[in-house]
Amino acid sequence: MKEISCKLLVLGAGPGGYVCAIRAGQLGVDTVIVEKAKAGGTCLNVGCIPSKALIHAAEEFDKLRAASSGKNPLGLSLSAPAIDLAQTVAWKDGIVGRLNGGVTGLLKKAGVKAVVGEARFVDGKTLDVETEIGLQRIRAETVVIATGSAPVELPDLPFGDKVISSTGALALKAVPPTLAVIGGGYIGLELGTAFAKLGSKVTVLEAMDRILPQYDADLSKPVMKRLAELGVDVFTRTAAKRLSADGRGLLAEENGRAFEVPAEKVLVTVGRRPVTEGWGIEEIDIDRVGKFIRIDDQCRTSMRGIYAIGDVTGEPMLAHRAMAQGEMVAEIVAGRKRSWDKHCIPAVCFTDPEIVSAGLSPDEARSTGIEIKIGQFPFQANGRAMTTLSEDGFVRVIARADNHLVLGIHAVGHGVSELSATFALAIEMGARLEDIAGTIHAHPTQSEAFQEAAFKGLGHALHI
Amino acid sequence: MGEFIIKMPDVGEGVAEAELVEWHVKPGDPVREDMVLAAVMTDKATVEIPSPVTGKVLWLGAEIGDTVAVKAPLVRIETAGEEGEAPPDSVPEALAEAVLDEPVAVSAPPAAKAPPKPERTEPKPAPALREALDVSRKPLASPAVRLRAKDSGVDLRQVTGTGPAGRITHEDLDLFLSRGARPAPATTGLVRKTAVEEIKVTGLRRRIAEKMTLSTSRIPHITYVEEVDMTALEDLRATMNRDRKPDQPKLTVLPFLMRALVKTIADQAGVNATFDDGAGIIHRHAAVHIGIATQTPAGLTVPVVRHAEARGIWDCAAELNRLADAARTGTATRDELTGSTITISSLGALGGIASTPVINHPEVAIVGVNKIAVRPVWDGTQFVPRKIMNLSSSFDHRVIDGWDAATFVQRLKTLLETPALIFVEG
Repeated sequence: MKEISCKLLVLGAGPGGYVCAIRAGQLGVDTVIVEKAKAGGTCLNVGCIPSKALIHAAEEFDKLRAASSGKNPLGLSLSAPAIDLAQTVAWKDGIVGRLNGGVTGLLKKAGVKAVVGEARFVDGKTLDVETEIGLQRIRAETVVIATGSAPVELPDLPFGDKVISSTGALALKAVPPTLAVIGGGYIGLELGTAFAKLGSKVTVLEAMDRILPQYDADLSKPVMKRLAELGVDVFTRTAAKRLSADGRGLLAEENGRAFEVPAEKVLVTVGRRPVTEGWGIEEIDIDRVGKFIRIDDQCRTSMRGIYAIGDVTGEPMLAHRAMAQGEMVAEIVAGRKRSWDKHCIPAVCFTDPEIVSAGLSPDEARSTGIEIKIGQFPFQANGRAMTTLSEDGFVRVIARADNHLVLGIHAVGHGVSELSATFALAIEMGARLEDIAGTIHAHPTQSEAFQEAAFKGLGHALHI
Repeated sequence: MGEFIIKMPDVGEGVAEAELVEWHVKPGDPVREDMVLAAVMTDKATVEIPSPVTGKVLWLGAEIGDTVAVKAPLVRIETAGEEGEAPPDSVPEALAEAVLDEPVAVSAPPAAKAPPKPERTEPKPAPALREALDVSRKPLASPAVRLRAKDSGVDLRQVTGTGPAGRITHEDLDLFLSRGARPAPATTGLVRKTAVEEIKVTGLRRRIAEKMTLSTSRIPHITYVEEVDMTALEDLRATMNRDRKPDQPKLTVLPFLMRALVKTIADQAGVNATFDDGAGIIHRHAAVHIGIATQTPAGLTVPVVRHAEARGIWDCAAELNRLADAARTGTATRDELTGSTITISSLGALGGIASTPVINHPEVAIVGVNKIAVRPVWDGTQFVPRKIMNLSSSFDHRVIDGWDAATFVQRLKTLLETPALIFVEG
């Protein structure tokens, strides 16, 4: 057996792991990264990037269809468009491939040794990797666990050809005529919306009393409206049971009433679980919080010399959180004094329209006992939004009533994902309403709604 | 059952002691190996102390804020006594030391009877929510400032922010670092305090504030300080107190001063007056109602000895005592607290050498009594010890000229220095 040793071993080359390894390499730390599949993890291969590619294709197709239907107010017209999903998926795979190569290149440039294969802990400092060329033993002073998460499977609806996870949905070769989506969270709605735009008859089943339960009702309302326009049926307080006997539908139950949903394919998006099996966690007695690995504010686990980052450490399971953790841990391993001091982790939901949130929600802000002010500005009163047929939605700013310190910023609307940067920056910089109101926001852009929301919070919005 | 003693570790860099800044456990808590027990701060950095064993906390060796010497016992943990687990090298020595040093604590651990707790600590709330709710409590600083603070080993919670909403700026951090980047408490026990307590001015305090504002804003004060030889009066007072009848109150200097005032006012009616400056009328009073500025638990009040001109010295003393008691217990009536025509202010033993009494509006004069002290006085051939007291008296300069004020005080001085004159009739 080959044996190598290093200062830092990163287990998993998703966004958390590869960022950690690159940064450690930059800092001169002797680093090895182990990944069983392709570099980039869920995010790059079967998550953020491919889903956004598919969503974009669906959006373009939907626009063409709208134009061909004669309902287009812009005066465009064309004959009925068609989509070759196989080609769309090939295009998407091309992007993923380029990014895979990019990450591999970046790791190499940073001097990180990449090992491909399944790894298992032997003890807290040693891992065995099953590579193509045989078993390799790696000894490391420090280990970073970045094994990520995987879609949760329903016991009565195991993943297969008909019942698919988000990963399967991104690899479909043809648009299914009917699609049932179990779980009205952001993943299910992002993909459900895309398939509805591509022509599927989509039905969403959600067990809670509303979709997107992590957002307040004001934010999810424009999404509900758009789903209805797209002909998506949404059933809340509804439990999915099993496939119908003939295999053509999905049996569901709403408040004791059983019914069947047409489903050529069933997409299960009921959550993600941390990947804590299959790599020998049992060999190292590590503390958990529920299913997740317990970490402190430096991402240290209960075992000295072992760190954990990303989805395996809990919510929010977001690539950018993992990246920030990975960067921090690399710097700690390189001897710098670092600890988690972020004020917010912005989150984007790529539904139609998009939802952005940064900082505290109104309810969270209220629960701190601090008196708050809320300023909200609708895109209906924003010139740029009108010119792009995107008048649905708003920007909302929550601030402390006493010193106007901004605690939370939310938006729902077309293209608002790009506003997440300014929202997060405002919170990290400790902006007050006056800081946002006092910054010139370029006209005509949707970002003006952010400044107006701040004005509104101060009691003097100009354009409403 | 074994017992494990964790001592303050050598936190490095030649530091001999560190301040305990945080306990993560309390007696009775179960602990696991590597769990953080405490945080200590040297003048350079904060260091967390992990537990090397699994067990239960018996005893904590310091309070938050205490300075603990390196190698002093910090925590005692009851372990399951698994001999197989090798404790760190320093431990047997630590145990021996602690047992010698603190036999009482070892034999009677205060928390030994604490109810049994679950083996594991409660899981923390999901990090995301905890993070979200922490936002309003985190030090407010831009990421660049936070990074500089981390690199310099500065805990931003120690830095005062001067920016908007208390934001910590680069300049605030510069200032903090220029002062040695030292969270001072580790060595001196002195900490910066930034709390501001708000106290609403209400009740008596508000009335005093209003009255003082009225007096000082309306009345141009002239204050005149004169020295009075009290030796003769003090001799007389001692004699009178010694020979007083059982029903007679003990005399202080004040009844003598009151009687002297009555006598002086008979010649100089101008000081026993109230000035209605709105109407432009001075009311000269035949009656001498003397206000006595009195400190009570709630604040300053001025009970009034009415018709001092009609009271003998014993009567003045008795009335004074009665009113002072009433004022201090809050039972004085409104009549007893109003209507004075002239006021005496005395701080007794705290009288100082001079004061600038504020006139009790709308009166025109106030007599302040300073402390009696034995001072050497030149009697023409030698220094002799005399009991000397200053009178600091203020007058409303709109209606009383400096000359009149001085004449009044000189007359008072003569009477007090030759106390027999106070008792001469007519």
